[in-house]
Amino acid sequence: MMATAIKEQPKAGNSAKKENWLVSTWKQYGNMILSGIGMTLLLALVGTIIGFFIGLLVGIVRTIPTPTTRGKRWALNVIKWLLSVYVEIFRGTPMMVQAAVIYYGIAQFWHLNLNRTVAALIIVSINTGAYLAEVIRGGIISTPEGQFEAASALGMSHNQRMWHIILPQAIKNCLPSITNEFIVNIKDTSVLSIISVSELFFVGTTIASQTFQFFPTYLSISVIYLVLTFTITRIFNFIERRLEGNKNYNLMANQVQVGTPKDAEANN
Amino acid sequence: MTESNEIILSLKHMQKSFGDHKVLRDISFDINKGEIVTIIGPSGGGKSTTLRCINLLEEPTGGEIDFHGENILSPGYDRNKFRSKVGMVFQQFDLFENKNVLQNCMIGQQLVLKRSKDEAKKIALENLKKVGMDPFINAKPSQLSGGQQQRVAIARAISMDPEVLLFDEPTSALDPEMVGEVLDVMQKLATTGLTMVIVTHEMGFAKQISDNVLFVSDGVVTEQGHPDQLFDNPQNEKTQKFLRNFRKMDF
Repeated sequence: MMATAIKEQPKAGNSAKKENWLVSTWKQYGNMILSGIGMTLLLALVGTIIGFFIGLLVGIVRTIPTPTTRGKRWALNVIKWLLSVYVEIFRGTPMMVQAAVIYYGIAQFWHLNLNRTVAALIIVSINTGAYLAEVIRGGIISTPEGQFEAASALGMSHNQRMWHIILPQAIKNCLPSITNEFIVNIKDTSVLSIISVSELFFVGTTIASQTFQFFPTYLSISVIYLVLTFTITRIFNFIERRLEGNKNYNLMANQVQVGTPKDAEANN
Repeated sequence: MTESNEIILSLKHMQKSFGDHKVLRDISFDINKGEIVTIIGPSGGGKSTTLRCINLLEEPTGGEIDFHGENILSPGYDRNKFRSKVGMVFQQFDLFENKNVLQNCMIGQQLVLKRSKDEAKKIALENLKKVGMDPFINAKPSQLSGGQQQRVAIARAISMDPEVLLFDEPTSALDPEMVGEVLDVMQKLATTGLTMVIVTHEMGFAKQISDNVLFVSDGVVTEQGHPDQLFDNPQNEKTQKFLRNFRKMDF
């Protein structure tokens, strides 16, 4: 589906005069472009998913209540401090620089030639994790205090409280931000061309430098990016709407009506 | 209302400060098994804080809370297990927004008491029936009125078979016409022999239902006693003044 959409998109966007160039370029570089799109989507998708779980874990650990014994309290503080350091560093430096430092650093100090794709996946994941940790923290904080208290009063452990009560609500509230991060990842994985990962932008650069058609190539690439991000935004909007649910609850007509939907609204 | 002399909870010189502000100065009282204790008093006097300290939603800054003779404030005490035996009903109901009515009453049983799904469901349905909310098992909390939510919250709490049930101003957030339905449910619970601690502004209800009434003001238990004595013949000046205001309103 995506492949045909992409095939058609540049044709619609460009004039008939260019069609010749487009067709010939497509014939020559089509597979390369498709694998570039695949790589971009893979990096963004896997990076966002792994980053999301990193963010969840960081969010859970950061909200652990202070333990009553001194040893545990000390250990928790150290872990929390390390997590803040992680978030600050990866949020505070560009992903492009992180990629270069990590990839070339590993190569130089451990003489390890990491697979570029694997390296790219790791970098996108931990970078996204740092951002989403903050997003999820925001979601956890914005969940009403009463939800924490009610769960605590039932005797739930911190883990049970988070996984069953708080995070489902927090994630629902964070969904727009998570979508945002996914979109950003689709675009920002282009900086990974610095470690020669053959994602969409890297493919574009290669084609441009071989055909010397810089403007049309980059324009086509930008159209492809737009199609990707636009489609994904629609998908997530659809999911959000599905999660909203119905405002009113309809009882069977013959049941004793103790409260009507109207006073339910009045009370909320 | 069966009364025995077995002390379940005992508060000893409990204190709580928020920064420099001392909310609780010295709170001491016992809760006997099967007893219904109501806490009344002026706003800001420390009623709710006392209740919230009992199940450790607030950490007391001094004193002791003994549960069956064991101090729950000592380091390493299993607080979650303690909390599963002490139920709480909140002023703002605080039903889990991501769960429906039935799930709200089941989740604690399944996760904390490790009951099977079927058993949890059976108990939840029984208790929802008791509070008259069984027709609404699939509703989400946001679809219910305040009174309905509070009744579900009570069903959620009693589904855990608590030894003590704490009520933190259970009717203050309700519209006047819904207060009655919640008080009726509490009244019904009282006859089952459940130990209850109720913070309330409903003086008539307190007088009628309780075995022991505490008047808490300025962070201390100013006066306590049997409802007939405390309401009709209060000894302390503060209690007299407080109750006079209610007399004027003719409860």
